[in-house]
Amino acid sequence: MISAPAAQPAAAAHGERARSVVVTGAGAVTPLGVGAGTLISRWAAGECGIEDGLGRCDEFEPTDFLSRKEARRADRFTQLALVAADEALAAAGWDDGVPHDPERVGSVIGTGIGGIGSLTEQEGIRRERGAKAVSPLGVPLLMGNAAAGAVAMRAGLRGPSFGVISACAAGAHSIGQAMRMIQSGEADAVVTGGSEAALEPIAIDAFAAMGATSETGISRPFDARRDGFVMGEGAGVLVLEAADAAAERGAEPLGELLGYAATSDAYHLTAPEPSGRDAIRAIRLALEDAGVGPEDVAYVNAHGTSTPLNDASETEAIKAALGERAADVPVSSTKSAIGHLLGAAGAVEAIATLGALRRGIAPPTVGWEVRDPELDLDYVPGEARELDADDGRLVAISNSFGFGGHNAVLCLAATSGAPGE
Amino acid sequence: MPTAVTPEAVEKVIFAGVEEIGAEGEITRDAAFEDLDLDSLDLVELAQIVEDEFGVELDGDAVKDVKTIGDVIDLVVARA
Repeated sequence: MISAPAAQPAAAAHGERARSVVVTGAGAVTPLGVGAGTLISRWAAGECGIEDGLGRCDEFEPTDFLSRKEARRADRFTQLALVAADEALAAAGWDDGVPHDPERVGSVIGTGIGGIGSLTEQEGIRRERGAKAVSPLGVPLLMGNAAAGAVAMRAGLRGPSFGVISACAAGAHSIGQAMRMIQSGEADAVVTGGSEAALEPIAIDAFAAMGATSETGISRPFDARRDGFVMGEGAGVLVLEAADAAAERGAEPLGELLGYAATSDAYHLTAPEPSGRDAIRAIRLALEDAGVGPEDVAYVNAHGTSTPLNDASETEAIKAALGERAADVPVSSTKSAIGHLLGAAGAVEAIATLGALRRGIAPPTVGWEVRDPELDLDYVPGEARELDADDGRLVAISNSFGFGGHNAVLCLAATSGAPGE
Repeated sequence: MPTAVTPEAVEKVIFAGVEEIGAEGEITRDAAFEDLDLDSLDLVELAQIVEDEFGVELDGDAVKDVKTIGDVIDLVVARA
Protein backbone atom coordinates (compact mmCIF):
# COMPACT_ATOMS: atom_id res chain seq x y z
CA MET A 1 0.00 0.00 0.00
CA ILE A 2 1.29 3.39 -0.90
CA SER A 3 1.11 6.05 1.76
CA ALA A 4 -0.52 9.14 0.43
CA PRO A 5 1.62 12.25 0.69
CA ALA A 6 -0.05 15.45 1.75
CA ALA A 7 -1.64 17.32 -1.11
CA GLN A 8 0.19 20.35 -2.44
CA PRO A 9 -1.54 23.69 -2.11
CA ALA A 10 -4.03 24.12 -4.92
CA ALA A 11 -2.71 25.66 -8.09
CA ALA A 12 -3.87 29.04 -6.92
CA ALA A 13 -0.44 30.31 -7.88
CA HIS A 14 -2.22 31.39 -11.02
CA GLY A 15 -4.19 33.83 -8.90
CA GLU A 16 -7.56 33.92 -10.54
CA ARG A 17 -8.23 30.89 -12.64
CA ALA A 18 -5.86 30.85 -15.55
CA ARG A 19 -6.97 31.37 -19.13
CA SER A 20 -8.96 28.31 -20.27
CA VAL A 21 -7.40 26.19 -23.01
CA VAL A 22 -9.48 24.26 -25.52
CA VAL A 23 -8.61 21.63 -28.10
CA THR A 24 -9.94 22.65 -31.51
CA GLY A 25 -8.24 20.08 -33.73
CA ALA A 26 -6.55 16.71 -33.53
CA GLY A 27 -4.63 14.51 -35.95
CA ALA A 28 -2.91 11.18 -35.59
CA VAL A 29 -0.95 8.63 -37.55
CA THR A 30 -0.76 5.33 -35.68
CA PRO A 31 -0.40 1.59 -36.29
CA LEU A 32 -4.21 1.54 -36.55
CA GLY A 33 -4.06 3.82 -39.59
CA VAL A 34 -3.96 7.44 -40.68
CA GLY A 35 -6.39 9.70 -38.84
CA ALA A 36 -7.50 10.48 -35.31
CA GLY A 37 -10.98 9.13 -36.07
CA THR A 38 -9.51 5.85 -37.31
CA LEU A 39 -7.53 5.50 -34.10
CA ILE A 40 -10.49 5.89 -31.79
CA SER A 41 -12.94 3.88 -33.92
CA ARG A 42 -10.64 0.92 -34.30
CA TRP A 43 -9.43 0.95 -30.71
CA ALA A 44 -13.03 1.23 -29.45
CA ALA A 45 -13.85 -1.83 -31.58
CA GLY A 46 -11.08 -3.76 -29.83
CA GLU A 47 -8.75 -3.90 -32.83
CA CYS A 48 -4.97 -4.11 -32.52
CA GLY A 49 -2.47 -2.63 -34.99
CA ILE A 50 0.52 -4.64 -33.82
CA GLU A 51 2.04 -7.15 -36.24
CA ASP A 52 5.06 -9.35 -35.73
CA GLY A 53 5.80 -7.72 -32.41
CA LEU A 54 5.95 -4.13 -33.70
CA GLY A 55 3.45 -1.30 -34.10
CA ARG A 56 4.35 0.00 -37.56
CA CYS A 57 2.36 2.63 -39.44
CA ASP A 58 2.10 0.35 -42.47
CA GLU A 59 -0.62 2.38 -44.13
CA PHE A 60 1.40 5.60 -43.97
CA GLU A 61 2.92 6.63 -47.31
CA PRO A 62 4.63 10.04 -46.88
CA THR A 63 4.37 11.07 -50.52
CA ASP A 64 0.58 10.68 -50.37
CA PHE A 65 0.68 13.84 -48.23
CA LEU A 66 4.01 15.57 -48.84
CA SER A 67 5.86 16.66 -51.96
CA ARG A 68 8.91 14.59 -52.83
CA LYS A 69 11.13 17.42 -51.67
CA GLU A 70 9.30 17.85 -48.35
CA ALA A 71 9.52 14.12 -47.76
CA ARG A 72 13.25 14.03 -48.60
CA ARG A 73 13.93 16.84 -46.16
CA ALA A 74 12.17 15.15 -43.28
CA ASP A 75 13.05 12.11 -41.24
CA ARG A 76 10.16 9.69 -40.82
CA PHE A 77 9.38 11.12 -37.37
CA THR A 78 9.01 14.57 -38.92
CA GLN A 79 6.92 13.21 -41.81
CA LEU A 80 4.54 11.59 -39.33
CA ALA A 81 4.26 14.85 -37.37
CA LEU A 82 3.60 16.90 -40.51
CA VAL A 83 0.77 14.65 -41.59
CA ALA A 84 -0.78 14.53 -38.12
CA ALA A 85 -0.47 18.33 -37.95
CA ASP A 86 -2.16 18.76 -41.34
CA GLU A 87 -5.11 16.75 -40.08
CA ALA A 88 -5.26 18.70 -36.81
CA LEU A 89 -5.10 22.08 -38.57
CA ALA A 90 -7.82 21.07 -41.02
CA ALA A 91 -10.00 19.85 -38.15
CA ALA A 92 -9.50 23.18 -36.41
CA GLY A 93 -10.57 24.98 -39.56
CA TRP A 94 -7.10 26.38 -40.11
CA ASP A 95 -6.51 24.93 -43.56
CA ASP A 96 -6.88 28.35 -45.17
CA GLY A 97 -4.35 29.91 -42.82
CA VAL A 98 -3.76 30.74 -39.19
CA PRO A 99 -6.78 32.58 -37.77
CA HIS A 100 -4.66 34.41 -35.16
CA ASP A 101 -1.61 36.65 -35.23
CA PRO A 102 0.98 34.08 -36.41
CA GLU A 103 3.56 35.66 -34.09
CA ARG A 104 1.40 34.45 -31.20
CA VAL A 105 1.01 30.87 -32.38
CA GLY A 106 3.59 28.29 -31.32
CA SER A 107 4.74 24.82 -32.35
CA VAL A 108 5.85 22.39 -29.64
CA ILE A 109 6.39 18.80 -30.74
CA GLY A 110 8.04 16.21 -28.52
CA THR A 111 10.00 13.11 -29.38
CA GLY A 112 11.76 10.45 -27.39
CA ILE A 113 14.65 9.90 -29.76
CA GLY A 114 14.32 12.03 -32.89
CA GLY A 115 15.65 11.13 -36.32
CA ILE A 116 17.45 7.93 -35.44
CA GLY A 117 16.72 6.39 -38.85
CA SER A 118 18.53 9.27 -40.55
CA LEU A 119 21.38 9.10 -38.03
CA THR A 120 22.02 5.40 -38.62
CA GLU A 121 21.69 5.81 -42.40
CA GLN A 122 24.24 8.63 -42.51
CA GLU A 123 26.60 6.78 -40.19
CA GLY A 124 26.40 3.81 -42.56
CA ILE A 125 27.25 6.07 -45.53
CA ARG A 126 30.13 7.65 -43.59
CA ARG A 127 31.65 4.28 -42.69
CA GLU A 128 31.22 2.88 -46.17
CA ARG A 129 32.10 5.87 -48.34
CA GLY A 130 33.84 8.38 -46.10
CA ALA A 131 33.18 11.80 -44.62
CA LYS A 132 32.59 13.58 -47.92
CA ALA A 133 29.62 11.37 -48.76
CA VAL A 134 27.67 12.41 -45.64
CA SER A 135 24.51 14.28 -46.68
CA PRO A 136 24.19 18.02 -46.02
CA LEU A 137 20.68 17.11 -44.87
CA GLY A 138 22.08 14.87 -42.12
CA VAL A 139 21.76 17.32 -39.25
CA PRO A 140 18.37 18.83 -40.17
CA LEU A 141 17.01 15.31 -40.62
CA LEU A 142 18.20 13.82 -37.35
CA MET A 143 17.79 16.75 -34.94
CA GLY A 144 15.12 16.19 -32.31
CA ASN A 145 13.50 19.58 -32.90
CA ALA A 146 13.02 18.90 -36.62
CA ALA A 147 9.31 18.08 -36.31
CA ALA A 148 8.55 21.27 -34.37
CA GLY A 149 10.46 23.34 -36.92
CA ALA A 150 8.85 21.64 -39.90
CA VAL A 151 5.32 22.08 -38.54
CA ALA A 152 6.01 25.76 -37.82
CA MET A 153 7.39 26.28 -41.32
CA ARG A 154 4.60 24.45 -43.12
CA ALA A 155 1.84 26.29 -41.25
CA GLY A 156 3.63 29.65 -40.90
CA LEU A 157 3.62 29.66 -37.08
CA ARG A 158 6.04 32.33 -35.84
CA GLY A 159 5.59 32.16 -32.09
CA PRO A 160 7.72 29.98 -29.77
CA SER A 161 8.74 26.73 -31.46
CA PHE A 162 10.86 23.93 -30.05
CA GLY A 163 11.09 20.22 -29.38
CA VAL A 164 10.57 18.56 -26.02
CA ILE A 165 12.65 15.52 -25.06
CA SER A 166 11.50 13.36 -22.15
CA ALA A 167 11.46 9.78 -23.46
CA CYS A 168 7.99 8.27 -23.17
CA ALA A 169 6.51 11.37 -21.53
CA ALA A 170 7.51 13.81 -24.31
CA GLY A 171 4.08 13.97 -25.94
CA ALA A 172 2.35 14.81 -22.65
CA HIS A 173 5.04 17.29 -21.61
CA SER A 174 4.70 19.07 -24.95
CA ILE A 175 0.96 19.46 -24.58
CA GLY A 176 1.37 20.62 -20.99
CA GLN A 177 4.04 23.10 -21.97
CA ALA A 178 1.85 24.39 -24.77
CA MET A 179 -1.02 24.82 -22.31
CA ARG A 180 1.19 26.88 -20.02
CA MET A 181 2.32 29.08 -22.92
CA ILE A 182 -1.30 29.94 -23.62
CA GLN A 183 -2.17 30.45 -19.95
CA SER A 184 0.80 32.74 -19.43
CA GLY A 185 -0.29 34.87 -22.36
CA GLU A 186 2.83 34.07 -24.37
CA ALA A 187 0.72 32.53 -27.13
CA ASP A 188 -2.92 32.49 -28.23
CA ALA A 189 -2.64 29.04 -29.78
CA VAL A 190 -0.07 26.26 -30.02
CA VAL A 191 0.14 23.31 -32.39
CA THR A 192 1.51 20.58 -30.17
CA GLY A 193 2.02 16.87 -29.73
CA GLY A 194 4.61 14.17 -30.16
CA SER A 195 6.17 12.04 -32.84
CA GLU A 196 8.37 8.98 -33.00
CA ALA A 197 9.82 6.73 -35.71
CA ALA A 198 12.40 4.61 -33.93
CA LEU A 199 11.67 1.15 -35.31
CA GLU A 200 15.33 0.87 -36.28
CA PRO A 201 17.43 -2.19 -35.45
CA ILE A 202 19.68 -0.21 -33.10
CA ALA A 203 16.74 1.09 -31.04
CA ILE A 204 14.91 -2.24 -31.08
CA ASP A 205 18.05 -4.05 -29.93
CA ALA A 206 18.86 -1.46 -27.28
CA PHE A 207 15.39 -1.61 -25.71
CA ALA A 208 15.59 -5.42 -25.82
CA ALA A 209 19.04 -5.36 -24.18
CA MET A 210 17.61 -3.58 -21.16
CA GLY A 211 14.78 -6.08 -20.92
CA ALA A 212 12.11 -3.44 -21.49
CA THR A 213 10.41 -4.94 -24.53
CA SER A 214 8.18 -7.99 -24.82
CA GLU A 215 9.80 -11.26 -25.88
CA THR A 216 6.44 -12.62 -26.95
CA GLY A 217 5.76 -9.48 -29.01
CA ILE A 218 2.38 -9.04 -27.34
CA SER A 219 1.23 -5.81 -25.69
CA ARG A 220 -1.12 -6.77 -22.86
CA PRO A 221 -1.07 -4.06 -20.22
CA PHE A 222 -2.13 -5.03 -16.69
CA ASP A 223 -2.52 -8.71 -17.66
CA ALA A 224 -0.70 -11.27 -15.47
CA ARG A 225 1.16 -12.53 -18.56
CA ARG A 226 2.57 -9.13 -19.57
CA ASP A 227 6.29 -9.33 -20.34
CA GLY A 228 7.35 -5.93 -21.64
CA PHE A 229 6.24 -3.25 -24.07
CA VAL A 230 5.87 -3.49 -27.83
CA MET A 231 7.56 -0.66 -29.73
CA GLY A 232 5.41 1.38 -32.03
CA GLU A 233 5.73 4.47 -34.22
CA GLY A 234 3.44 7.34 -35.04
CA ALA A 235 2.47 10.89 -34.23
CA GLY A 236 -0.31 12.81 -32.54
CA VAL A 237 -0.84 16.55 -32.91
CA LEU A 238 -3.44 18.83 -31.32
CA VAL A 239 -4.39 22.43 -31.92
CA LEU A 240 -4.71 24.15 -28.56
CA GLU A 241 -6.27 27.59 -28.42
CA ALA A 242 -7.09 30.01 -25.68
CA ALA A 243 -10.81 29.50 -25.08
CA ASP A 244 -11.47 33.22 -25.58
CA ALA A 245 -9.59 33.30 -28.88
CA ALA A 246 -11.37 30.17 -30.11
CA ALA A 247 -14.76 31.58 -29.13
CA GLU A 248 -13.99 34.85 -30.87
CA ARG A 249 -13.53 33.09 -34.19
CA GLY A 250 -16.58 30.90 -33.61
CA ALA A 251 -14.64 27.63 -33.33
CA GLU A 252 -16.36 24.54 -31.96
CA PRO A 253 -13.89 22.94 -29.50
CA LEU A 254 -13.42 19.18 -29.39
CA GLY A 255 -12.81 19.43 -25.68
CA GLU A 256 -10.94 21.23 -22.97
CA LEU A 257 -7.46 20.75 -21.56
CA LEU A 258 -8.32 21.31 -17.92
CA GLY A 259 -5.10 20.57 -16.14
CA TYR A 260 -1.52 19.41 -16.29
CA ALA A 261 1.25 18.53 -13.91
CA ALA A 262 4.78 17.22 -14.22
CA THR A 263 7.01 15.76 -11.52
CA SER A 264 10.25 13.84 -11.32
CA ASP A 265 11.12 10.65 -9.39
CA ALA A 266 14.78 11.66 -8.96
CA TYR A 267 15.32 7.99 -8.20
CA HIS A 268 16.50 5.70 -11.02
CA LEU A 269 17.41 5.91 -14.69
CA THR A 270 14.63 3.55 -15.76
CA ALA A 271 12.79 1.98 -12.80
CA PRO A 272 9.80 3.76 -11.27
CA GLU A 273 10.26 4.93 -7.67
CA PRO A 274 8.76 2.05 -5.63
CA SER A 275 6.36 4.07 -3.48
CA GLY A 276 4.96 5.88 -6.52
CA ARG A 277 5.44 9.09 -4.55
CA ASP A 278 5.95 11.35 -7.55
CA ALA A 279 3.59 9.64 -9.95
CA ILE A 280 0.86 10.06 -7.32
CA ARG A 281 1.83 13.68 -6.89
CA ALA A 282 1.63 14.27 -10.66
CA ILE A 283 -1.91 12.88 -10.79
CA ARG A 284 -3.01 14.92 -7.77
CA LEU A 285 -1.47 18.13 -9.03
CA ALA A 286 -3.04 17.67 -12.47
CA LEU A 287 -6.47 17.29 -10.83
CA GLU A 288 -5.87 20.35 -8.66
CA ASP A 289 -4.70 22.30 -11.68
CA ALA A 290 -7.93 21.25 -13.39
CA GLY A 291 -10.01 22.24 -10.39
CA VAL A 292 -11.62 18.81 -10.16
CA GLY A 293 -11.57 16.03 -7.58
CA PRO A 294 -11.10 12.23 -7.87
CA GLU A 295 -14.87 11.78 -7.84
CA ASP A 296 -15.09 13.79 -11.07
CA VAL A 297 -12.79 11.45 -12.99
CA ALA A 298 -14.88 9.31 -15.35
CA TYR A 299 -12.01 7.54 -17.10
CA VAL A 300 -8.28 6.96 -16.68
CA ASN A 301 -6.18 6.58 -19.81
CA ALA A 302 -3.23 4.77 -18.27
CA HIS A 303 0.38 4.87 -19.34
CA GLY A 304 -0.06 1.05 -19.16
CA THR A 305 3.06 -0.07 -21.00
CA SER A 306 2.70 -3.84 -20.45
CA THR A 307 5.94 -3.99 -18.48
CA PRO A 308 5.74 -5.82 -15.15
CA LEU A 309 7.07 -2.80 -13.23
CA ASN A 310 5.09 0.05 -14.79
CA ASP A 311 1.70 -1.57 -14.66
CA ALA A 312 2.13 -2.56 -11.01
CA SER A 313 3.42 0.80 -9.83
CA GLU A 314 0.92 2.75 -11.96
CA THR A 315 -1.95 0.73 -10.48
CA GLU A 316 -0.76 1.64 -6.98
CA ALA A 317 -0.35 5.28 -7.98
CA ILE A 318 -3.89 5.49 -9.37
CA LYS A 319 -5.23 3.93 -6.19
CA ALA A 320 -3.33 6.30 -3.94
CA ALA A 321 -4.16 9.40 -5.98
CA LEU A 322 -7.85 8.68 -6.60
CA GLY A 323 -8.63 7.00 -3.28
CA GLU A 324 -12.07 5.39 -3.17
CA ARG A 325 -12.80 6.45 -6.72
CA ALA A 326 -10.05 4.12 -8.02
CA ALA A 327 -12.13 1.00 -7.37
CA ASP A 328 -14.90 2.21 -9.69
CA VAL A 329 -13.19 4.18 -12.43
CA PRO A 330 -12.50 2.40 -15.73
CA VAL A 331 -8.77 2.30 -16.53
CA SER A 332 -7.50 1.27 -19.97
CA SER A 333 -4.34 1.48 -22.03
CA THR A 334 -4.17 2.65 -25.63
CA LYS A 335 -0.88 0.71 -25.87
CA SER A 336 -2.90 -2.52 -25.93
CA ALA A 337 -4.02 -1.51 -29.43
CA ILE A 338 -0.98 0.26 -30.91
CA GLY A 339 2.02 -0.57 -28.73
CA HIS A 340 4.23 2.02 -27.12
CA LEU A 341 4.79 5.06 -29.33
CA LEU A 342 7.49 6.42 -26.98
CA GLY A 343 7.67 10.20 -27.44
CA ALA A 344 4.42 10.20 -29.42
CA ALA A 345 2.53 8.12 -26.86
CA GLY A 346 1.36 10.92 -24.57
CA ALA A 347 0.00 12.95 -27.49
CA VAL A 348 -1.68 10.08 -29.30
CA GLU A 349 -3.17 8.95 -25.99
CA ALA A 350 -4.48 12.43 -25.20
CA ILE A 351 -6.23 12.37 -28.58
CA ALA A 352 -7.57 8.87 -27.90
CA THR A 353 -8.78 10.03 -24.49
CA LEU A 354 -10.65 12.99 -25.97
CA GLY A 355 -12.17 10.73 -28.62
CA ALA A 356 -13.30 8.31 -25.93
CA LEU A 357 -14.91 11.08 -23.87
CA ARG A 358 -16.67 12.51 -26.91
CA ARG A 359 -18.15 9.07 -27.60
CA GLY A 360 -18.94 8.61 -23.95
CA ILE A 361 -17.00 5.34 -23.72
CA ALA A 362 -14.00 3.74 -22.08
CA PRO A 363 -12.25 1.77 -24.83
CA PRO A 364 -10.98 -1.66 -23.76
CA THR A 365 -7.54 -2.82 -22.72
CA VAL A 366 -7.31 -5.09 -25.74
CA GLY A 367 -6.23 -8.65 -24.97
CA TRP A 368 -6.59 -8.33 -21.18
CA GLU A 369 -7.66 -11.79 -19.96
CA VAL A 370 -5.70 -12.98 -16.96
CA ARG A 371 -5.90 -11.03 -13.72
CA ASP A 372 -2.68 -10.37 -11.87
CA PRO A 373 -3.63 -10.81 -8.19
CA GLU A 374 -1.71 -7.62 -7.37
CA LEU A 375 -3.48 -5.50 -9.98
CA ASP A 376 -7.07 -5.01 -8.91
CA LEU A 377 -8.50 -2.09 -10.89
CA ASP A 378 -11.15 -2.23 -13.60
CA TYR A 379 -9.04 -2.47 -16.77
CA VAL A 380 -12.06 -2.61 -19.14
CA PRO A 381 -11.60 -6.13 -20.48
CA GLY A 382 -13.32 -7.34 -23.61
CA GLU A 383 -15.13 -4.43 -25.12
CA ALA A 384 -15.67 -0.69 -24.79
CA ARG A 385 -17.92 0.39 -21.97
CA GLU A 386 -20.31 3.34 -21.78
CA LEU A 387 -19.41 6.02 -19.28
CA ASP A 388 -21.92 7.62 -16.95
CA ALA A 389 -22.28 11.27 -17.78
CA ASP A 390 -24.89 13.09 -15.75
CA ASP A 391 -24.78 16.29 -17.72
CA GLY A 392 -22.88 14.95 -20.75
CA ARG A 393 -19.57 16.42 -19.63
CA LEU A 394 -16.85 13.89 -18.90
CA VAL A 395 -13.43 14.32 -17.30
CA ALA A 396 -10.45 12.00 -17.74
CA ILE A 397 -6.78 11.88 -16.93
CA SER A 398 -4.04 10.58 -19.20
CA ASN A 399 -0.81 9.42 -17.56
CA SER A 400 2.67 9.41 -19.10
CA PHE A 401 5.87 8.28 -17.44
CA GLY A 402 9.31 8.33 -19.06
CA PHE A 403 12.72 6.78 -18.50
CA GLY A 404 14.65 9.31 -16.50
CA GLY A 405 11.89 9.45 -13.88
CA HIS A 406 9.67 11.92 -15.77
CA ASN A 407 5.97 11.96 -14.86
CA ALA A 408 3.41 14.02 -16.78
CA VAL A 409 -0.34 13.90 -16.36
CA LEU A 410 -2.97 15.67 -18.44
CA CYS A 411 -6.56 16.25 -17.38
CA LEU A 412 -9.03 16.56 -20.26
CA ALA A 413 -12.75 17.12 -20.57
CA ALA A 414 -15.25 16.75 -23.36
CA THR A 415 -18.96 16.55 -23.92
CA SER A 416 -20.17 13.13 -24.92
CA GLY A 417 -22.41 12.74 -27.90
CA ALA A 418 -20.77 15.75 -29.50
CA PRO A 419 -21.38 16.26 -33.20
CA GLY A 420 -18.89 14.58 -35.49
CA GLU A 421 -18.47 11.54 -33.30
CA MET B 1 36.05 4.22 -62.51
CA PRO B 2 34.40 7.63 -63.05
CA THR B 3 32.23 8.19 -66.10
CA ALA B 4 33.94 10.11 -68.94
CA VAL B 5 32.98 13.79 -68.91
CA THR B 6 31.06 14.89 -71.98
CA PRO B 7 28.49 17.70 -72.01
CA GLU B 8 25.79 15.13 -72.81
CA ALA B 9 26.80 12.76 -70.00
CA VAL B 10 27.00 15.61 -67.48
CA GLU B 11 23.61 16.98 -68.53
CA LYS B 12 22.02 13.57 -68.15
CA VAL B 13 23.43 13.02 -64.64
CA ILE B 14 22.57 16.53 -63.45
CA PHE B 15 19.02 16.46 -64.83
CA ALA B 16 18.45 13.12 -63.09
CA GLY B 17 20.11 14.34 -59.90
CA VAL B 18 18.05 17.52 -59.74
CA GLU B 19 14.88 15.54 -60.23
CA GLU B 20 15.91 13.09 -57.50
CA ILE B 21 16.56 15.99 -55.12
CA GLY B 22 12.99 17.09 -55.66
CA ALA B 23 13.10 20.04 -58.06
CA GLU B 24 9.73 21.72 -58.61
CA GLY B 25 9.02 22.57 -62.26
CA GLU B 26 10.51 21.81 -65.66
CA ILE B 27 14.18 20.90 -65.63
CA THR B 28 16.05 22.55 -68.51
CA ARG B 29 19.52 24.01 -69.03
CA ASP B 30 18.10 27.50 -68.58
CA ALA B 31 16.12 26.73 -65.43
CA ALA B 32 17.37 28.71 -62.43
CA PHE B 33 17.91 26.87 -59.16
CA GLU B 34 15.75 29.41 -57.40
CA ASP B 35 12.85 28.80 -59.77
CA LEU B 36 13.16 25.05 -59.21
CA ASP B 37 12.93 25.73 -55.46
CA LEU B 38 16.47 24.43 -54.94
CA ASP B 39 18.70 25.98 -52.28
CA SER B 40 22.27 25.73 -51.02
CA LEU B 41 21.68 22.38 -49.33
CA ASP B 42 20.44 20.98 -52.62
CA LEU B 43 23.54 22.31 -54.39
CA VAL B 44 25.77 20.43 -51.95
CA GLU B 45 23.84 17.25 -52.68
CA LEU B 46 24.18 17.88 -56.40
CA ALA B 47 27.93 18.40 -56.00
CA GLN B 48 28.15 15.03 -54.23
CA ILE B 49 26.31 13.33 -57.08
CA VAL B 50 28.65 14.92 -59.62
CA GLU B 51 31.75 13.90 -57.69
CA ASP B 52 30.52 10.31 -57.29
CA GLU B 53 29.80 10.03 -60.99
CA PHE B 54 32.63 11.98 -62.62
CA GLY B 55 35.25 12.41 -59.90
CA VAL B 56 34.99 16.19 -60.39
CA GLU B 57 35.04 18.13 -57.15
CA LEU B 58 32.82 21.21 -56.84
CA ASP B 59 33.68 23.06 -53.65
CA GLY B 60 31.61 25.81 -52.06
CA ASP B 61 33.52 28.64 -53.78
CA ALA B 62 33.04 27.05 -57.18
CA VAL B 63 29.25 26.84 -56.93
CA LYS B 64 28.55 30.09 -55.14
CA ASP B 65 27.91 32.01 -58.36
CA VAL B 66 25.93 29.43 -60.30
CA LYS B 67 22.41 30.45 -61.19
CA THR B 68 21.12 27.87 -63.64
CA ILE B 69 21.38 24.15 -64.33
CA GLY B 70 23.41 25.02 -67.45
CA ASP B 71 25.94 26.92 -65.30
CA VAL B 72 26.66 23.76 -63.31
CA ILE B 73 26.92 21.58 -66.40
CA ASP B 74 29.42 24.02 -67.93
CA LEU B 75 31.39 24.19 -64.69
CA VAL B 76 31.72 20.40 -64.47
CA VAL B 77 32.78 20.14 -68.12
CA ALA B 78 35.32 22.97 -67.68
CA ARG B 79 36.82 21.37 -64.57
CA ALA B 80 37.15 17.85 -65.94
